Amino acid sequence: MSTATTISDAVLDSRVMIRRGLIRSARDPEAFFTALALPVALMLLFVYVFGGAMSTGGEYVDYVVPGIILLCAGFGAGTTAVAVADDMTNGIVDRFRSMPIAAGSVIVGHVVASVARNAIATALVIGVALLIGWRPDAGVAEWAAAIGLLALFVLAISWLAATVGLLARSKDAANAFTMVLAFLPYVSTAFVPAHTLPTALRGFAEHQPMTPVIETLRGLWMGTSTTGQPLADQAWWALGWCALILVVSAVASARLFRRRTT
Amino acid sequence: MAYTVEVADLTKSYGATEVLRGVDLTIPAGTVHGMLGANGAGKTTLVRILATLIGYDGGTARVAGHDVARDARAVRGAVSLTGQYAAVDEVLTTRENLTMVARLRRLSGAASAARTDELISRFDLGAIADRRATTYSGGQRRRLDLAMSMVVPPTLLFLDEPTTGLDPRSRDQVWATVRELADTGVTVLLTTQYLEEADQLADRISVLDGGRIVAEGTPEELKTQVAGEVVRLTYGDTAAYEAALATLRTPEVTADRVLLTVDVPTDGSPESLRRLLDSLAVAGASPRRVGMHAPSLDDVFLTLTNPKQEALR
Repeated sequence: MSTATTISDAVLDSRVMIRRGLIRSARDPEAFFTALALPVALMLLFVYVFGGAMSTGGEYVDYVVPGIILLCAGFGAGTTAVAVADDMTNGIVDRFRSMPIAAGSVIVGHVVASVARNAIATALVIGVALLIGWRPDAGVAEWAAAIGLLALFVLAISWLAATVGLLARSKDAANAFTMVLAFLPYVSTAFVPAHTLPTALRGFAEHQPMTPVIETLRGLWMGTSTTGQPLADQAWWALGWCALILVVSAVASARLFRRRTT
Repeated sequence: MAYTVEVADLTKSYGATEVLRGVDLTIPAGTVHGMLGANGAGKTTLVRILATLIGYDGGTARVAGHDVARDARAVRGAVSLTGQYAAVDEVLTTRENLTMVARLRRLSGAASAARTDELISRFDLGAIADRRATTYSGGQRRRLDLAMSMVVPPTLLFLDEPTTGLDPRSRDQVWATVRELADTGVTVLLTTQYLEEADQLADRISVLDGGRIVAEGTPEELKTQVAGEVVRLTYGDTAAYEAALATLRTPEVTADRVLLTVDVPTDGSPESLRRLLDSLAVAGASPRRVGMHAPSLDDVFLTLTNPKQEALR
């Protein structure tokens, strides 16, 4: 009998765990709508209350939508971190860990469920944005590229969240991660262009992972840029950040899953 | 193979706290082994090491012929864990839980469904098969837990405190289920803090105290190890009591001056009892009452594990 996990074993185990993750998500609509309601409320707040005071050149809703989508993905990832942390305290995970299954499959189940939840949430955010006057100027190719990048970003941030969920010793600790993710977009180009920020914050805002993703999305949808960099440069940065976060998280989470000793 | 579990000189510490201090344990295939100990004795740590959930510091541990540290995956293929906190997915239903385990063990879709139905009827889960596990009683949850462990019958089944927190009726149900499983030839490592449970279910018992096995044997052997059966003579007056003590001048006799009782070791045979009572009658030391007193596992446990000693160490 082979003692190593084969790729096909990993795929089969992951399929079972993805099914588990989707069922669990479908039975917890509260978490989903909580993670959706706040970004939508923030979008309405920014567009209708603060939007008039923002000078971003053009309609503020056109500026803010990419940031709101990332904010929503951040809240969604927070849900994932809490779900993983909670799951790790359940007896069922001891059963999984004492079964001959691929180490990463339980986390893959959580991550795929997270991406599925986010896909629905993102579609709803985009729907609300269109209702309140968002008018993207993008063709099929731009939309496809934007959706592809969003999917990669959500995958990366979900896997990162699952890793945080494994590291956290409690649901509360995992929940604190949501706060970090919910705060990061404010120090990016999500709500205001970077040049309007104080110097110290500006450096951070221009170089943190969310900014190239937001700039790329805005470039694809609106054809505008607030940093002056070409769209292609932004896109490479965005892809690079997502790939880095994804690989580090995938490796770390598989190891953490086996190593947890409590 | 002769032994399903072979553990030698196993040690495990958490920081400065030594949880296991050199545990030796062998469990012959097809037997139920009871691991008896108070809270914090190291029972669950031992189970978690053998189930490959945590590592250990020293010694050796083999399960079903596989080294726990070096060949964890082979061990995982041979064991099923039924945890102290039932190892079921609470959000899923019985049917979903069982199918999930069946699919993870590579049963086909049709075989998974068939096995699920079979286990639902065998473990009496029909009434709750399509309800989420959060709504189950403790007993229902443990039965689902056991059913999930039996989707593919393991070589070694861990039952970590299987009846903790259950009402007596659910406990009896779980006991009956465990006996049925044992009859099918599954080797069981049962941890419990209930002496009655070990007495009821286990072929052999190890008493774990402070990270060491302090006694091991069949329930009967353990009982005789502490003290044999005694005849308890109860007296109504001091004179007869003193006369009895004068007649029964052997070191095995224990007496209580306040209660006026004398315990005399016995093999339980009518002849020995008759001889004893005759000799007492001749000496004018006939007791007011005669009773037989057999030691319980509680006596064994309390004699072998002394919490005060533990605190001083």
